Amino acid sequence: MDAAEQQLAELAQVGYEAGFVSNIESETVPPGLDESVIRYISARKNEPEFMLEWRLQAYQKWLEMEEPDWAHLQYTPIDYQSISYFSAPKSAADAPKSLDEVDPELLRVYAKLGIPLEEQKLLAGVAVDAVFDSVSVATTFRKQLAEAGVIFCSISEAMREHPELIKKYLGTVVPQTDNYFAALNAAVFTDGTFVYIPENTRCPMELSTYFRINERNTGQFERTLIIADKGSYVSYLEGCTAPQRDENQLHAAVVELIALEDAYIKYSTVQNWYPGDENGKGGIYNFVTKRGVCAGDRARISWTQVETGSAITWKYPSCVLKGDDSIGEFYSVAVTRGAQQADTGTKMFHIGKNTTSTIVSKGISADRGQNAYRGLVRMNKGAENGRNHTQCDSLLIGDKCGAHTFPYIEVANPTAKVEHEATTSKIGEDQLFYCRQRGLSEEDAVSMIVNGFCKEVFNELPMEFAVEARKLLAISLEGAVG
Amino acid sequence: MLSIKDLQASINGKEILKGLSLEMGAGEVHAIMGPNGSGKSTLSKVLAGREEYEVTSGTVTYQGVNLLELSPEERAHQGIFMAFQYPVELPGVNNTYFMQASLNAIRKARGEPELNSLNFMKLVRTKLKALEMDESLLKRAVNTGFSGGEMKRNEILQMTLLEPRLSILDETDSGLDIDALRMVSMGVNSLRSPERSMLVITHYQRLLDYIQPDYVHVLSGGRIIRSGDKSLALELEEKGYGWLQEEAAA
Repeated sequence: MDAAEQQLAELAQVGYEAGFVSNIESETVPPGLDESVIRYISARKNEPEFMLEWRLQAYQKWLEMEEPDWAHLQYTPIDYQSISYFSAPKSAADAPKSLDEVDPELLRVYAKLGIPLEEQKLLAGVAVDAVFDSVSVATTFRKQLAEAGVIFCSISEAMREHPELIKKYLGTVVPQTDNYFAALNAAVFTDGTFVYIPENTRCPMELSTYFRINERNTGQFERTLIIADKGSYVSYLEGCTAPQRDENQLHAAVVELIALEDAYIKYSTVQNWYPGDENGKGGIYNFVTKRGVCAGDRARISWTQVETGSAITWKYPSCVLKGDDSIGEFYSVAVTRGAQQADTGTKMFHIGKNTTSTIVSKGISADRGQNAYRGLVRMNKGAENGRNHTQCDSLLIGDKCGAHTFPYIEVANPTAKVEHEATTSKIGEDQLFYCRQRGLSEEDAVSMIVNGFCKEVFNELPMEFAVEARKLLAISLEGAVG
Repeated sequence: MLSIKDLQASINGKEILKGLSLEMGAGEVHAIMGPNGSGKSTLSKVLAGREEYEVTSGTVTYQGVNLLELSPEERAHQGIFMAFQYPVELPGVNNTYFMQASLNAIRKARGEPELNSLNFMKLVRTKLKALEMDESLLKRAVNTGFSGGEMKRNEILQMTLLEPRLSILDETDSGLDIDALRMVSMGVNSLRSPERSMLVITHYQRLLDYIQPDYVHVLSGGRIIRSGDKSLALELEEKGYGWLQEEAAA
């Protein structure tokens, strides 16, 4: 073993920084999935009847569907009958009205992750709808948001309080049968976030949800629905990290965004779920369906994601550009190291006239990490003067990793313009030596070079998220070069 | 300050330096001249700690310590600076940020307080002004899209910021026009002091019109074959390297 391998091996032992299991009593249904489990979930959440119907419909369709195998991913088959589909912290039975009523153990977990909820409330100007396992247990800033007319609550609550909005919009962007994982989610989703921004309203703060997966053997099936009414604006932050454990965990979330005329939704994600050990054992399987529709003219949807965690990432945040002059954006940094695999990218459907989309994807692979960009740009027949620019860069660290690019372009309108640029580079010995000659350690040099590589994406993140993302990237790539 | 004894070094099994010896005192400026392939750049890289080069024999002592045992960053912390012949692009890394990180890494290693952004900006502006350089350089990514001249100016800016004990200029004059050359020399001369030494590696005598060396050495075939004062450089300008190489071979 040479010095570099030695160093890598040592760093591999350091383990996952956010890895720990917290000690909150939970209520969990036994593993397995059938109609009775779905009825149980729906009943536990006091859902209206139409939701149960909707779930059962999805379940029936799911039974007939097959798990997709086209992605550039290899993993042991998921046993859907070994997963428990519902888990709620016991203290959630009588939901807390304020932070004071929140289980102190929960708050301690957040503090450990460097997410001091109580400080955030005061300092960051961010309202946090914290999802711990499957039930929302803390919601802050409700009052201030209510004054602006903004609805920001758990999706279960929305089903009870705002059934008309749920009925109108749920499943309109990602239908129940959109894909295998989306169908599963539709059948069993336990909670998630609901946001409604009324007409001509600028949401007074950045909305944020921290997700955690904390229950052994519990798949996490979140569902998020964000509606920005005419002329409104919202910036939504989603950040995740998870405790260390042995079993593979399935995560199949669905996010739907609806931007009406002149509305702008900015959706940012920092994802740091447990990636598994050096062989990928125990990591999260992350199969996510995220899609937004620019339903009205001049609407705009912007996805920004920093993906550093999970053993498997399967995720394509997409935009359906229906309205004329609407804009779709996708900015992504995906890091894979150890045995991590990511197949991620976006789809941009240009339907309206003068629609514009921008894709900036930065893939970083180290160790044996495999990183695939998969993107589709479709210019429909009516997409007069549609424009797309795609930039797809890969950075390799070491010689055992891989970067793959699968761009699909379909153009049915002769006035549309699609540009695709792609580069692959390695962190060069020359770059490292230059930095070290200037007194920087190798770690700092790598972090600096990688952050430089990702700059265009980080620039799109809200300030505090960008800082977090930079730190996360540095931690993620510790010891990657040796 | 620096004592090199019988240094032998190779890359990919090919021996480049074949017993090079050189003594440099504090405050001295030494010029190393020599034809292409004589080992000039290898010498600078070995001194800066580039790991591809294997030192097979000999010693290098710098301020009383065995230089060869130090990592590149430790050498930088000890005051060694190399102006690169081919500075490296760092896309997306802001030049000011890079220089501040560099200065602070060195200060930290020396147990000195780090400079905050405000104080650093003040410092860097002073240095820019002294070098008659444009501030736009600060906003760009390190060396990215820089012209050859801009890259070399940027190297000299970093040098004057870091105020190294031992500066190694690796063919900093190559590809420079007269104005850039003047500016580079200005930076170098501004740093001259009784504590600082400089090793100026160059292909042409031209640079030595601006930077007056105390000693001139001729490197050929991985060894110093002749040492002298400034007049040696002029003699080389006139006669080329051939006569020295013949002498050495004889």
